[in-house]
Amino acid sequence: MFHKLLLTAAAIAASTVTVSAETIRWARAGDSITMDPHAQNEGATHALAHQIYDTLLQRDMSGSIIPSLALNWEALADNPNIWRLKLREGVTFHDGSAFDSEDVVFSLNRAMADGSEMKELLSSVKDVRAFDALTVDIETNGANPLLVNNLTNMFMMDKGWATANDVLTPHDVAKNETNFATMNTNGTGAFVLVSRSVDEKTVLTANPNYWGKDIYPNKVTDIIYTPIQSAATRVAALLSGEVDIIQDVPVQDLNRVSSTDGLAVATAAQNRVVFFGLDTVEGPTSNLKVRQAMNIAINRDAIKKIVMREQSDPTGVIMPPFVNGWTEELNQYPDYNVDAAKALMSEAGFANGFDITLNCPNDRYVNDEAICQAAVGMMARIGVNVTLDAKPKAQHFPIAKGGDADFYMLGWGVPTFDSHYIFNYLVHTQTDKRGSWNPTGYSNADVDAMIVSLESETNLAARDATIAKIWAAVQDAQMYLPIHNQVLNWGMKSNINFDVQPEDQPHFQFLTFN
Amino acid sequence: MNRFLDSDFFHDFLRAPVALISFCVVLILILSAVFAQFIAPTNPFDPASLELMNGFTPPLEANMFTGEVFLLGTDDQGRDLFSAILYGLRISLFVGLMAVTLAMVLGVMLGLIAGYVGGWLDNLIMRLADIQMTFPSILIAMLIFGVARGLLPPELRYEMAITVLIISIGLSEWVPFARTVRGSTMVEKEKEYIAAARLIGLNRWQIMIRHILPNVLGPVLVIATITFALAIIAEATLSFLGVGAPRTEPSLGTLIRVGQDYLFSGEWWILLFPALTLLALALAVNLLGDWLRDTLNPRLK
Repeated sequence: MFHKLLLTAAAIAASTVTVSAETIRWARAGDSITMDPHAQNEGATHALAHQIYDTLLQRDMSGSIIPSLALNWEALADNPNIWRLKLREGVTFHDGSAFDSEDVVFSLNRAMADGSEMKELLSSVKDVRAFDALTVDIETNGANPLLVNNLTNMFMMDKGWATANDVLTPHDVAKNETNFATMNTNGTGAFVLVSRSVDEKTVLTANPNYWGKDIYPNKVTDIIYTPIQSAATRVAALLSGEVDIIQDVPVQDLNRVSSTDGLAVATAAQNRVVFFGLDTVEGPTSNLKVRQAMNIAINRDAIKKIVMREQSDPTGVIMPPFVNGWTEELNQYPDYNVDAAKALMSEAGFANGFDITLNCPNDRYVNDEAICQAAVGMMARIGVNVTLDAKPKAQHFPIAKGGDADFYMLGWGVPTFDSHYIFNYLVHTQTDKRGSWNPTGYSNADVDAMIVSLESETNLAARDATIAKIWAAVQDAQMYLPIHNQVLNWGMKSNINFDVQPEDQPHFQFLTFN
Repeated sequence: MNRFLDSDFFHDFLRAPVALISFCVVLILILSAVFAQFIAPTNPFDPASLELMNGFTPPLEANMFTGEVFLLGTDDQGRDLFSAILYGLRISLFVGLMAVTLAMVLGVMLGLIAGYVGGWLDNLIMRLADIQMTFPSILIAMLIFGVARGLLPPELRYEMAITVLIISIGLSEWVPFARTVRGSTMVEKEKEYIAAARLIGLNRWQIMIRHILPNVLGPVLVIATITFALAIIAEATLSFLGVGAPRTEPSLGTLIRVGQDYLFSGEWWILLFPALTLLALALAVNLLGDWLRDTLNPRLK
């Protein structure tokens, strides 16, 4: 018996020794939804994909665009409808095959295919052509000066690998489809996928043939990624040293973590807005007055003070301040006014209220479920009897996106830093190419036309004027009830040097140790 | 009544301080749950009455925004914890009681049939029981809960949450009842009064229900008491795991789950008071069950 105990102790000791200083144990509330880099346009999914796959361009910490797989890019002088991108030489995928322009053509077409959630980012693209082995031409419908902004989350896959494994198109997550790429990867990124167990643990190891070896610090040799949904368990894991970095320190535990020796919290405003969406076609919420009533029934200041403990910026528009088109006026949120809201409900013919279900994620945004619960109470005061249905995001998103939800929570980050991205996903009528995250039923032909016109407007002043017009229409329609912009709080060991990225996308090749 | 007051059972009860105290604790908890709406200062299930700004008020301290004072403090949504515990206790007790009743009816019936009829039916029922015994009952409850949730249309899911809880816990706890009743039935059915009943032409059901059942109920009551405590814990566990009572209508387990998130940040009361209540309830019922078992078992005297 004693012998056995000794053996166990030795085994435990051995397993702790193998975790060297260069291994980063990384945790956050929810897991990546799929490893297919085009199937889901979602922050946590991209965060893992960014370690394995590369994009043509990337943003540095200040938000400006810098080279990644593309070394330089320019719109042709004689034809501004064509962007010409020069690719990096000598890049190989994890399986050893070379990266060239055919892979770019394939990946961009794949990202525009059915089932892709990235297609709105490429809705202005007419054609993608290989000019030579290391040059790619992207032709747009009309000159699109901002196209390159849309490529920072556009991951590059290997054409040969995708063909061999029959993953020529992304799988549709909302339809519960999967394919080989859901669990397997072949990227050019700094890390190679070693093993993955969904919602449990994903192990990555440094790519020995990484093209950025001499460009970035590359101090991290292995990554162990563990989703921990419970806030208390996540903090306990950081406090006990079981993990090295958590991307979402619960707001109630900020003091506890930052006052602990050996731990630090890095804080930054996040490029992400959290809001509720409403069905504008059926049910009581199809009445504009009801939507307006619900908007002023939300006590945003109380949510900030109690639920978010000051770690949020309440807003009146579904746009973070990082985004082109943001103004102080739009950001003004209405006063919380129960009486006015009740009056609007009476005018709308719902003096006695109505029943509705609120679909809410419980592992995606900071205190998402608690915000929804608070909203249940606030809605009850104006007679709206809300049933709260909180679920993990993997189940929530298909419901929210599918159009079955009457009242749902969503958060939106804006990687392009431009309003067009919000419009194309959340405001445009839901069609094959655009509006995939607009299940509200809101559809306005004039607004749709203005959104499309943004893609080929070269006069930036005229473009900004159109953006302002579209925002005015969105604010009038009130299909969304903005709540706040999030604040990022990354908790980590104090020997780690890692800047908080405003899109909440850690790139571990940049991490260094003190 | 006089017969009861003169009985050995009551006499023993008065001499057993543990049983007396446990009984009082259970009685107080049951009464406060039953009369919750008269005792509780607020209705925690009415979302319109919640004031978010009251959130995280410590016990007996004035809230810094609203100035309101709460006996046991408030939770993250400004819900008065004292009221929430009383209402939560009601859910816990109700689910426990109904689940035990379901398990008891099911287990006793199956046990009677298995023991009296015997043969392949006995084999079938007892092998089913054996199979179920190999899985922890909380796992079975979660399985049934998950399947039921999947089958129900979404709009019914929350209305049915409590019913589904009762069924899933009830179905996972029938085995001990069936086993005990089967054993006692097999002993009883060989006795002369059963032979007599058979001779005068009573059918199987009449014999099982009217003659055997009353004679095998003693141990069933003991098991029922212990299973009641198990069912309360099972409900709390399911709710703690987030698959039981919804957060807008919290049971004790849901309150503990909420409180857990705020333990590190020093808001200890959200976890502590519901946990203490659950502890007191489960412990008292268990001690009462143990005492019942010892008292009703002549061999231990």
